[in-house]
Amino acid sequence: MSEKKKVEGDLRLDQVSKTFGDFVAVDDLSLVIPKGSFFALLGPSGCGKTTTLRMIAGLEEPSSGKILIGDTDITEAKAHERPVNTVFQNYALFPHLTIFENVAFGLRRRGIKDVNEAVEKVLNLVELAHLKNRKPGQLSGGQQQRIALARAVVNRPALLLLDEPLGALDLKLRRQMQIELKWIQTEVGITFVHVTHDQEEAMTMADTIAVMNNGRIEQMGSPADLYENPRTVFVANFLGQSNFIDGEVEASDGENLVVSLKGSKIALPKSRNNAKSSSLKLGIRPEKFRLHTADEKLTGNFLEGGVITDISFFGVSTQYLVEMPWKQELMVFEQNDGGAPDLEKGDAVTLSWEPQFTFALDGDAK
Amino acid sequence: MSIAHTSSSEKVFAPAKKSHRTAYLLLAPGLVWLLIFFAFPLLNLAETSTKTPAPSFETGEFVQTFRFANFIDAFSANQEQFFRSFFYALCATVLALAISYPLAYAIAFRSGVWKNFMLVMVIAPFFTSFLLRTLAWKQILGAEGPVVSVLQFLRILPADATITATAFSVIMGLTYNFLPFMTLPIYASLDRIDYRLLEASGDLYANSATTFRKVTLPLSMPGVVAGTLLTFIPASGDYINAQLLGSPDNFMIGNVINSRFFRVVDYPTAASLSFILMASILVLIVIYIRRAGTDELV
Amino acid sequence: MKHWLSKNLIRIYAAAAIFYILLPILYTVAFSFNDADKRNIVWQGFTLSAWLNPCEPIGICEALGNSFKVGITATIASTILGTMIAFALGRYNFRGRATTNLLIFLPMATPEVVLGASLLSMFINIQIGAGLVPVIIAHIMFCISFVVVTVKARVASLDPKLEEAARDLYANEWETFRRVTFPLVAPGIAAAALLAFALSFDDFIITNFNSGTLNTFPEYVWTASLRGVPPQANVIGTLMFVIALAIVFAGQVISKRRQTRR
Repeated sequence: MSEKKKVEGDLRLDQVSKTFGDFVAVDDLSLVIPKGSFFALLGPSGCGKTTTLRMIAGLEEPSSGKILIGDTDITEAKAHERPVNTVFQNYALFPHLTIFENVAFGLRRRGIKDVNEAVEKVLNLVELAHLKNRKPGQLSGGQQQRIALARAVVNRPALLLLDEPLGALDLKLRRQMQIELKWIQTEVGITFVHVTHDQEEAMTMADTIAVMNNGRIEQMGSPADLYENPRTVFVANFLGQSNFIDGEVEASDGENLVVSLKGSKIALPKSRNNAKSSSLKLGIRPEKFRLHTADEKLTGNFLEGGVITDISFFGVSTQYLVEMPWKQELMVFEQNDGGAPDLEKGDAVTLSWEPQFTFALDGDAK
Repeated sequence: MSIAHTSSSEKVFAPAKKSHRTAYLLLAPGLVWLLIFFAFPLLNLAETSTKTPAPSFETGEFVQTFRFANFIDAFSANQEQFFRSFFYALCATVLALAISYPLAYAIAFRSGVWKNFMLVMVIAPFFTSFLLRTLAWKQILGAEGPVVSVLQFLRILPADATITATAFSVIMGLTYNFLPFMTLPIYASLDRIDYRLLEASGDLYANSATTFRKVTLPLSMPGVVAGTLLTFIPASGDYINAQLLGSPDNFMIGNVINSRFFRVVDYPTAASLSFILMASILVLIVIYIRRAGTDELV
Repeated sequence: MKHWLSKNLIRIYAAAAIFYILLPILYTVAFSFNDADKRNIVWQGFTLSAWLNPCEPIGICEALGNSFKVGITATIASTILGTMIAFALGRYNFRGRATTNLLIFLPMATPEVVLGASLLSMFINIQIGAGLVPVIIAHIMFCISFVVVTVKARVASLDPKLEEAARDLYANEWETFRRVTFPLVAPGIAAAALLAFALSFDDFIITNFNSGTLNTFPEYVWTASLRGVPPQANVIGTLMFVIALAIVFAGQVISKRRQTRR
């Protein structure tokens, strides 16, 4: 691989697999990450997202498949030959070097003699220039995290990989770092690949999210797309919460389908239907439901006969658990803006929602 | 890095052989040294143990006759020293354990800012010649030393009795020599115990004695095993303490082996005795480890 | 009062135990100032003459010199060989691991009498006999295991993510070792070297078997113990003790400093 030619472009994974003995960690994965985007690999522990990241970094060899940046095939390049840098989960700062030397490490290994300017610049970017002579052991978690980022960014890699970098930080700091990371990414323009199990984090920061499960990508798209129109039960439940009610398609009515839902007839826009058969799992997010007292007259999609079994106050919203006549408990979030009626445990309610917020999956989907 | 191609749909990378080669290159010099200067001499000793004196009866000349009876002869002639060695070693081990465990406990849990200092003090004996230390004990326990004077003053000891040249002083010397070997592994085990386990035990209605018995003690067993082995094994083969602090009545098997090598030039007997000693130690190690269940030896 | 006693009983005990451990050392130090020529058993008066004439007794400084010759050579060789093995065990997965572990463990489990006797026996058989070189060879042999155990502990505690980070930041294998691995393992190697030197310097049994006419310091003390150990031996013992203590404390100060700002 030529060192002189600058390697850049979209990141492409071509049918990449990784097996450890009998265990398939990554299963025939193919995807394209456009240059300059903020991409998130989201999934639960053990889904293969970290393994994928490590293969991109060169710290793990794929069992099969190809990895390319632009036109350059980097599959066989060693970690230190790739224009890729990683921000590790526990930062992996070199304890025996000062902050300055930590950040300068990559530059020095590439033979760059005059590192002062670049290091100072990136330390200013993370606002920690005053700590440059300290050792990592003397820094707080948040500070270490910013230094780990600086150490990677200073090398202007084609790709920056982040392995759950915010996991060890407390909530407030995490929120702050999420905003900062996003800002730095747009400032610096490098492609970020961010691995996380925190769906809120992924949705806030990423342009594109790929949800992984059992070594495969279940669905990939923009945060809004994934959230509002999940294609599998797993994605629907991993991003936010969902209520799933079983129903049957009865008829077609122009742009909508008429679905029989536990005795009521509701409208499902055809564009929101991802099911192949006529037996459906209808998905409605808790915040899309509206609560009404039982005596209100309603039109459109609604379900009657619910009884409130639990109320939890979340500050911003209130969560209601509503038991329906068919013995299913549905979850409803109402924003605390005075729009919902004053309700108590045991009250009878009707649930309504806008048809375009429904999504439908196959009745036997997992 | 070699790459093995199967079909285009399943390209597989062979595990980097280079790393295995590096491992063997790193191991080779040291292991070869140990093979030549540890393993081979032992085999050589085994070979010597079945020799008999040469027909010429020249001192130091032996011929290989595969006389396995050498072992029986050597053992029966020195039974007394064998059993004495294991007895002394056992006493020393038990005493060392009794002295070291509370010390290790104190350093691990009750030492506060003094921890490092105390650890250094425990290793301090390593820093002086152990011969000098043992000779110091000979002095301290000797006829002109303070211990005897005090004991005689307190009428515990009769007027002309001595402590040195007895089994007691030999065992005392052995115990003292191996205190660091017993204390440090126990300390290491105790130090590794998460104090929250002890808090949890208290939370679950155990008083401190029960916590110690049910939580601390079992968790410190690896250290106890290591310390016991590191004490018993060298102690059983020692001869310095017996020579300096004891009399010929207290001689251990190490003394016999030594004299058979240098004084009475009888290599086959010395070799046989060495092997019987080694074999018994190995048997004891295996039994002990099987029961106590530690397998991280190195 | 009873509560205070039960809480502090173990501390009192520890202090007593440490006094007991230090007692012979204090004796050795004290009697280096004794005004006695050979029979340094009874206190006869304070004098600095032993300290001022450390090499007066015949053979003592020669023995000391031999101890250093053997000790330094054995330390260097065993530290290098042992460190290499420790890295192999700690970083690589290879076949023959169990055998290697056994071969490392056995010398530590073999009584010194057997080690010394078997080596002498072999050296006699191959016509090398006894002397300086056999002693050095023997010392290297028994020190390797201790070096391996010490360094391996340090290698095992090294976060492999640090080496991955180095590779991620463009360091090839050699640079990773030189800039990250080695500096972090160095304290363990230093400790192993010190341990090896201490073991070698203080060794008697194996040395006695293989040294022949050569004398090391422990051998000098042994022979002298029959007729009377001169105070100069105590002087040397005291010096070694003080130097070793100084090194250990210095090491602790250095490691504290490494953790904080430069």
